[in-house]
Amino acid sequence: MAFLALGVTLLLVLLLARPTGLYIAHAFKDEQTKLDRFFGPIERGIFKIGGIRRDNQSWKKYVFALLMCNALMIALVYIIFRTQAYLPLNPTNVPNMEPTLAFNTAISFMTTTNLQHYSGESGLSYLSQMIAIVFMMFVAPASGLAACIAFIRGLGGKPFGNFFVDMVRAITRLLLPLAIVMAIVFIALGVPQTLEPNAIAHTISGGEQSIARGPIGSFLSIKQLGNNGGGFLGVNSAHPFENPDAISNLLQILLMLLIPTAMPFVYGKMVGNAKQGRVLFVAMSMLFIVMLGTTLAAESTGNPVLNSLGIQHDQGSMEGKEVRFGMMQSALYSVVTTASETGAVNTMHDTLTPVAGLVAIANMMLNTVFGGAGAGLMNVLMYAIIGVFLSGLMVGRTPEFLGKKIEGKEMMLIALTMLMTPFLVLAPSAWALFSYSGTISNSGFHGLTQVMYEYTSAAANNGSGFEGLGDNTPFWNITTGIVMYIGRFFSFVTLLAVAGSLSAKKAVPETAGTFRTDTALFGVVFLAAVLIVGALTFFPGLVLGPIAEQLTLKP
Amino acid sequence: MGVLATSLRTSLLIMLVCGLLYSLTMTGIAQLIFPKQANGSLIHNADGVVIGSELIGQSFVDPAFFQGRVSSIEYKAEGSGTPNYAPSNSDMLDRVKQSIADWSANNPDVPVSELPIDLISNSGSGLDPDISPEAALAQVPRISQLTGIDQQQITALVDEHTKPRELGFLGEPTVNVLMLNIALQQLQAK
Repeated sequence: MAFLALGVTLLLVLLLARPTGLYIAHAFKDEQTKLDRFFGPIERGIFKIGGIRRDNQSWKKYVFALLMCNALMIALVYIIFRTQAYLPLNPTNVPNMEPTLAFNTAISFMTTTNLQHYSGESGLSYLSQMIAIVFMMFVAPASGLAACIAFIRGLGGKPFGNFFVDMVRAITRLLLPLAIVMAIVFIALGVPQTLEPNAIAHTISGGEQSIARGPIGSFLSIKQLGNNGGGFLGVNSAHPFENPDAISNLLQILLMLLIPTAMPFVYGKMVGNAKQGRVLFVAMSMLFIVMLGTTLAAESTGNPVLNSLGIQHDQGSMEGKEVRFGMMQSALYSVVTTASETGAVNTMHDTLTPVAGLVAIANMMLNTVFGGAGAGLMNVLMYAIIGVFLSGLMVGRTPEFLGKKIEGKEMMLIALTMLMTPFLVLAPSAWALFSYSGTISNSGFHGLTQVMYEYTSAAANNGSGFEGLGDNTPFWNITTGIVMYIGRFFSFVTLLAVAGSLSAKKAVPETAGTFRTDTALFGVVFLAAVLIVGALTFFPGLVLGPIAEQLTLKP
Repeated sequence: MGVLATSLRTSLLIMLVCGLLYSLTMTGIAQLIFPKQANGSLIHNADGVVIGSELIGQSFVDPAFFQGRVSSIEYKAEGSGTPNYAPSNSDMLDRVKQSIADWSANNPDVPVSELPIDLISNSGSGLDPDISPEAALAQVPRISQLTGIDQQQITALVDEHTKPRELGFLGEPTVNVLMLNIALQQLQAK
């Protein structure tokens, strides 16, 4: 039964990917399309009020607009967090947020990371949840999508477009309509949507229970669709209000994967060669299946130490899991949320068996098993260019990508981008282990994983955590805040610069000697580039963390 | 117009539309067409007093009630959480051993080999409303003894409260502990 559920889920993901991709490519077209008739009037209104001129920007202007706009949004949201106690819609009297936590949280949601060093029930007012968090859950993925679309346009030799127009279109044509529909579905399934304060229950065993609730349905749909992942409630989608049953769980998985799996098809469509996108989709799907298989094997075996105590353990590992999902749906969710860089959780990742924890962290380290909305595909295309470059070196030809020569300038930018992730993960991890090891809640090898997981999640803009970590301290708030910011925006700048540089070059005609990037062979080269680079960078850390923990888990 | 002015105007507009209007409109629609779910699936007793939520577990200390998952927050639903124990954490091992010892003391008729793992593990939310059907059935002998109700009758009650997989194949079969205990209480009252 459980395997049938798995098969149906993956089949649905597969069926949705291509049509969604074609729709997204269509929605961002420069010329007039049929969609304009429907969305045009609304968008023209927004452009008018926002003062948006619909001119084409150079890559520099595009990325400058993105950086400025996102920085301003961070500032606005920071102010809201710091003053929420004085603002309306605060029925549970939540106090103002502490400065370093507000800094961390504002960046966290602007970068689609959604690392949360606060607990939703007690840390944010309803107003903050709506005009700060939900607001960012729309604009953050919209900015990422815009950057990615501009990147693809540049690679394809087209004008880069206008950042504000693209960001607005991502919201009006994709995120908002789907969020509205899915919010209603989630509410029908049992997710609360109210502005009333906590409900007080007089329990049948004579006690009193105060039950936190809120406008969760509208929050949940955009949280998953935009690969944001932050929870309204502390334990995210493990909370029965944020994921009431197996159907809501399935829908959340589909939403998390919807845009990431569609992006390769967007790419294929926009560069006018569907095969280019299909190769990447198949390669990433293979990575995904390997990751999923590994996690399922580990989680179904469970914890050998507990199993040796003679209890009935057919259910697999259940610590940190909910009965309605069981081992299978929890394991699947953990792979999906880290592959899609969403970061929502329906099981506590700290409690995963070490090998399943390794898969989760590896998904984020590679950041190419689909990846988040927009940002994921940019990273994937970066690895594709690395693959082309390596192949070019092997045969002694100047490498070409989509008809443009890849030369020293592009490779320097890409090498910098590629090296940034390990630097963002390993350098602060070392610092934290050296100076702040008191914040680690699980001792031994797992403690190292806990610290590495936090920075990997921040750098990859995932946002899930090994939540035992005592991370609401100025040190963690400030360092992960900086890591999230650089992890997001550094690659936007460098990769758009690469596209800018390529688009200025003359296209070279394709010959028999051209290394084709739309073949199965290229898929293999791409996978090799991802795995070699990933393994070389992170393997030592993984051996000392999760692998050592698994090997020492003996009854 | 400068980038900054455009950013500010656009941001404030989206904040208003996607942040506030969207959330409030959804709240209005939800309260209109799904009022029960929208307010937290609350359960009322005959006098109209709220006694809990169908979706949120409660703490049952009395062994004459069915017991749910381990919860480090004792089902205090103004928050949510778990101790996040790693598989290698020795505190977790101690807790599990204690749970097993408690089980043996309270359920002398049911051997530890029939104690399902969900009963001795902390849930993800600390508020898990469910246990597995096996975990409910394993408690039947104890409850029968303490309440004086026939074992068959209680087993039938558990079967009645067993929710199969969604659509027949999604997720796991569950028993809602609170709903089961409410039914048990009603059975006792008869």
